[in-house]
Amino acid sequence: MHFALDVSAAPGADAVTIVAVTGELDMASAPRLRQELVSLASAGRTTIVIDLAGVDFLDSTGLGVVLGALKRVRAAGGDLALARTEPQVAKVFEITRLSDIMPLHDTIEAAIAAVVSD
Amino acid sequence: MGEIRLEIPARAEYLALARQVVAAAAAVEPRFRTERIDALRLAVSEATTNAVESHADLGADERIVIRCDLDEERIEVEVLDQGGGFDPGGVPVVPSPTDPSRLDYEHGLGIPIIRELTDESEIRPSGAGTAVRLVVYRSAAAAARRGSEAVRAEPEER
Repeated sequence: MHFALDVSAAPGADAVTIVAVTGELDMASAPRLRQELVSLASAGRTTIVIDLAGVDFLDSTGLGVVLGALKRVRAAGGDLALARTEPQVAKVFEITRLSDIMPLHDTIEAAIAAVVSD
Repeated sequence: MGEIRLEIPARAEYLALARQVVAAAAAVEPRFRTERIDALRLAVSEATTNAVESHADLGADERIVIRCDLDEERIEVEVLDQGGGFDPGGVPVVPSPTDPSRLDYEHGLGIPIIRELTDESEIRPSGAGTAVRLVVYRSAAAAARRGSEAVRAEPEER
């Protein structure tokens, strides 16, 4: 199964880290994302945007990793936002009502604005 | 239409295969709506994840069996594990999103997702493990029609 992570500093907002995820986010791939997000938090990178444009499938294991990361960065005074979810991925956040806790942003720019304004 | 039977090792790497096979089976019936197939794919992923987890907890090395039964109105999928049982009553009640303690619940979302996305679901002990039965109709209208037929049929059975 194809799964990839790409980590970069946000253009024009160096304090924000963008984690672009590609592939299917389930029990097989979620540990890799969890590990990356834990490493970032340990390195003090606690203002994070997860770009989900390349994710065509996400289940409750993926939700758990995102929720865990949100808790971790908020505890460290940072924040996390989600950007560019495909409709079938957005639906998973909506039916579990996690989109109430973590708004889904249409663009990377909107997600960056959400995490830096807090 | 016939039955498809898939047997996979109880390992996370095989979840994608399970989803793919079930989605492909549903797509054989051209009248199945895409969003219904997406719902089924997710429900199967959740049920199979639980099956893999129940095997891991107990160190069981038996396989997980996934059976699909398709007709022109609906697809029924059964996920059978040998993991030593699962208590649906033991699923924690997850706090509402407005409750700050909601962030403490990273697990326990699978069963609510299954219940939301399927037209019928059932979790029952089976042999040494658990059987999860999922039914998705080809459209919401087909599910509603079938439901009302069942209601109409009831008085005749009395």
